[in-house]
Amino acid sequence: MEDIIILTLHRAMVAGTPLLLATTGEVICERSGILNLGVEGVMAMGAVVAFIVTMTTGHPWLGVLAAIATGMIFSIIHAFASVTLQANQVVSGLALTMLGLGFSGMLGKPYVGKPLSIKMEDWVIPWLSDIPWLGKILFTQGPFFYLAIFLALISWFFLERTRLGIQIRSTGENPKAAETQGVNVSRLRYLSVLIGGGFSALAGAHLSISYSKSWIEGMTAGRGWIAIALTIFALWNPGRAIWAAFLFGGFFVVQYLLQPLGISPSFLAMLPYIATLLILLLISLKDPRKLNAPAMLAEPYKRGER
Amino acid sequence: MIKIKTTDRYNITALKSFMTNILSLLAALVMISIIFLIAGVNPIYAITEIFSGSFGSLYGFKETLTKAIPLILIGTGLTLAFRAKFWNIGAEGQMLMGAIFATWTGLTFGEALPSYIIVPLIFLAGFIGGAVWGIIPAILKIKYSINEVISTLMLNYICAEFLTMLIVGPWKGKTRFGFPGTNNLPDSAILGLIPGSRIHYATLILALICAIVLCVIIYKTRFGYEARVVGENPDAGRYAGINFLKTGLILMVISGGLAGFAGVGEVAGIHHYLGYPASISSGYGFTAIIVAWLAKLNPLYTVISGIFFAGILVGGDAIQISLGLPAATVQIVNGTLLIFLIMGDYFLNHKITLRFSNK
Repeated sequence: MEDIIILTLHRAMVAGTPLLLATTGEVICERSGILNLGVEGVMAMGAVVAFIVTMTTGHPWLGVLAAIATGMIFSIIHAFASVTLQANQVVSGLALTMLGLGFSGMLGKPYVGKPLSIKMEDWVIPWLSDIPWLGKILFTQGPFFYLAIFLALISWFFLERTRLGIQIRSTGENPKAAETQGVNVSRLRYLSVLIGGGFSALAGAHLSISYSKSWIEGMTAGRGWIAIALTIFALWNPGRAIWAAFLFGGFFVVQYLLQPLGISPSFLAMLPYIATLLILLLISLKDPRKLNAPAMLAEPYKRGER
Repeated sequence: MIKIKTTDRYNITALKSFMTNILSLLAALVMISIIFLIAGVNPIYAITEIFSGSFGSLYGFKETLTKAIPLILIGTGLTLAFRAKFWNIGAEGQMLMGAIFATWTGLTFGEALPSYIIVPLIFLAGFIGGAVWGIIPAILKIKYSINEVISTLMLNYICAEFLTMLIVGPWKGKTRFGFPGTNNLPDSAILGLIPGSRIHYATLILALICAIVLCVIIYKTRFGYEARVVGENPDAGRYAGINFLKTGLILMVISGGLAGFAGVGEVAGIHHYLGYPASISSGYGFTAIIVAWLAKLNPLYTVISGIFFAGILVGGDAIQISLGLPAATVQIVNGTLLIFLIMGDYFLNHKITLRFSNK
């Protein structure tokens, strides 16, 4: 029994890792006032590029870097449409998802079903991994797990405590005022969209080279959309995103745990999505003001207007 | 030095808007050609293949019209929702819920009833199913300020899993020999086809009627006006005393209901039983978003843009087979078209002048 609980929680951490990475990126992006619905597509691009580069070079970290670069470059499409062209961000983000799913399918076609022989070893943290229960759950994990938590904490510090982070938040709350303070709104919004893209692609890299060690079309399986929901659930705070993501990782894993009990697998597969809606509803019932998004989220900013 | 100056355009005529769309589509076609070229496919061959596969033969065109039916229905409903800036991304789920309701009605009452009663009944059931699934995000948004993009997406997944649960469990038909899926609908509930095709004409006619009716609703009724005000200027709407909850509910009943109609057509016209979600809808709910956008959110134009995108779906299937391209190719084509349409909108609404100065 003890083993099952430890194993389940361990897996929940693994399943939550890509969610945390993508959510952190989307938080930064949305804090600048840009809604990016392209997460799912960028994640797929990251997954396929990381897989191809890792397979051909044999270096997983090279794959990770290539994925991040791809994600950032690819997100320029959304940044250009939503910042420069002041286009509708919902539509532009959907287009980015379509393109990402499409290109990843095309690029990855020769690699479908090929297993990756390179394994990323777990990092066993000395001393801490000896703690009963917690040691196995939290301190015997793949490098992506530590990276995700580290980046979320850094992002929290970046947004809350650094000058650039505060400027990014101000472009999301009141771009007009930010501009009068000498902030270049367009440049910061571009930057935020690109950072968000890098994070999404990193989440994809985790899926293909660490989580499943293979590539298949559509392997992101809606995780990008869940990350967008988690952004709201985390109330646009990367710190809160940490436990939100791992809670949802738990919803993914609990499916496999309950399946032997004879509960319909389809019903269990619904759980993460139902949980998303219920939790948003709970937050809204408790304190609707908390659901306040950055004031200018998804509103195009036009210089010198009014 | 070259300076770029942009100014707003105000006198946008229907012709200008139409020409911009055509130019955007052509520009997108160039971009798609470049992508094909990089992928090592002869672009002229591939694009000719797409359009000759869908519009070049009678068989192809019949298939195109068949796939246009759900796209027109869903796209039409989306024009209304999008005009009120209600971002309904959940047409896929609303369509499936319509299919579920229609199947239940057909299987339960179909045996005992003649065609002229059961067919309207399953369409009504499908509409209700889609509407129910559409109302949920409307309530969540207006009463509980939960973003509709998220809720409609989550409801897509929930509905697809719910459908799967039904067809592998309680609704599994004895005639399927253990494979997932319901029994076939009784003959009286099955829609007639235009001979030699898969075009279920009842749904096609319904789609055309819906496009016209929606056009009247949006441009000629008080409700349509209120929906547009809610989208374009919510503050003014609040001062004018528009009931946001009522408007939102009605518009999602219509938008979801039309998607439900599309689900009925697929089940009663094509498959004749309820199977896996991916077989009922090949992403019609998402493609219809581009259909609505290309139609500039005018329900009548969704008829044309619906047929156009149905053509891309059919042609996309054709090049998958003939050129060995992955299924994802259609997504690339669709995404590129959408991006170029957005860019076209910018040039339609802004005048761009280049100034040369000797600095």
